[in-house]
Amino acid sequence: MTDLGWIDPVLAAARPRVMGALLRYFRTLDTAEEAFQEACLRALKSWPQNGPPRDAAAWLILVGRNAAMDQVRRQARQTELPDEALLSDLDDAEASLADRLDGEHYKDDILRLLFICCHPELPATQQIALALRIVCGLSVKQIAHAFLVGEAAMEQRITRAKARIGNAGMAFETPGAPERAERLAAVASMIYLLFNEGYSSSTSREAEARTPLAEEAIWLVRLLLRLFPSEPEIMGLTALMLLQRARAKARFDGDGNIVLLEDQDRGLWSRPRIAEGLALIDKAMRHRRPGPYQIQAAIAALHARAQRDTDTDWAQIDLLYANLERLQPSPVVTLNRAVAVSKVRGPEAALEMIEPLGGRLQGYFYWVFRKSCG
Amino acid sequence: MLYAILCYNSEEAIGSWSRDHHDETMTRLHAVGDKLARQGRLGPVARLLPTTAATTLRKGREEMVIDGPFAETKEQLLGFYIVDCASLEDALDTAKDLAKANPGTGSYEIRPVAEFHPSQLPDEDKPAP
Repeated sequence: MTDLGWIDPVLAAARPRVMGALLRYFRTLDTAEEAFQEACLRALKSWPQNGPPRDAAAWLILVGRNAAMDQVRRQARQTELPDEALLSDLDDAEASLADRLDGEHYKDDILRLLFICCHPELPATQQIALALRIVCGLSVKQIAHAFLVGEAAMEQRITRAKARIGNAGMAFETPGAPERAERLAAVASMIYLLFNEGYSSSTSREAEARTPLAEEAIWLVRLLLRLFPSEPEIMGLTALMLLQRARAKARFDGDGNIVLLEDQDRGLWSRPRIAEGLALIDKAMRHRRPGPYQIQAAIAALHARAQRDTDTDWAQIDLLYANLERLQPSPVVTLNRAVAVSKVRGPEAALEMIEPLGGRLQGYFYWVFRKSCG
Repeated sequence: MLYAILCYNSEEAIGSWSRDHHDETMTRLHAVGDKLARQGRLGPVARLLPTTAATTLRKGREEMVIDGPFAETKEQLLGFYIVDCASLEDALDTAKDLAKANPGTGSYEIRPVAEFHPSQLPDEDKPAP
């Protein structure tokens, strides 16, 4: 095997599960990270010669755990280390044992790892920076670049976040159903926040720098959906992000200025992402347990289905926004609904609807509404 | 004899491919496909959407619809249909028709197709119905 391009994706894919398990063993992020790094170094030495193990994550967990425990022992007693090859050469029996042991835990391990990043004491910007570093494995440099800040500032932000979590303590017991649902909701909203960080750019240059944020968010939400395949809101969130992201190429013109939805060249929209988003929202709707992400995804789906802007089913979008208003009342939702209403019943009806919002929307209100009502 | 070659891999790992690695791999795979097509040996080719988009209909006295891909290890892949469906509901109805025609044990995994390339086989090579 001369082309080693396959190794990095395997390591990246295994990362959440391995980090989650190592965190359960060692209970501090720094030790878990060091153990993971060590396991990756050994994989880079061993895999090119021996080929990939059948279960890469189980291999990395066991090697990482052995290496870190050895480190602890070495520090404690200064004893002789076993041969390097002994540490990295696991036979399949041992790996499958590790797999069985971890198989039952891994969902909660990964959820815990994600949930730790959403600690309520952390401000949102620290939450997502930490998730990018710990779960996605982006370098501090990559994260700093995506957030358009200096490397030292980002390093400090992440170090601070880790310290805060360390002081606040983490819950390691297996969560019950209500805690799990709570964790899931917190993680979903952190991922959507990360996605929006990658999406909310007003110039194409900024958007390009922020692209990794949106892509990592999609990677994370897919991870979450694989862990919880029957949660309609997670299907909805995945669909929402895919459908929005599908428009990325059409959002800026040649001069780097933003292009509004109605003026976008729909030929530039990514068809595979739209197909996947539509399939997922279709799947979510079968559960008949609507939620805010599903409704927003259904709205995005109606835009995606319209061949031209004039084909958009605004009446249906109005209805969906009305539902969203009930579930999640906010002036921004009402404003978005008003845009749909203006298309169906004219600007008068729309203005009437947003009158009561008055000053709460301020600049945002005028900017969006003027552009949308034309 | 026609052979089906079924592709298995970790979709987590595929999802972590860089754009370049993806494009380079696809170029190499297309080269293999193009060669087969020139030789008149290439039947239909499809790329499926991720298993997160899959739904499974489990046969039995009462049919069960499960989110996610087929996950049993005691049953084997025996064949597949490609059907044009208006919605997942429509696809499930189609699978239920198949289940009625062949009741008992087994499952149908319903997975949306991401890419479909129709057969490039010359007509006489198509298997007898």
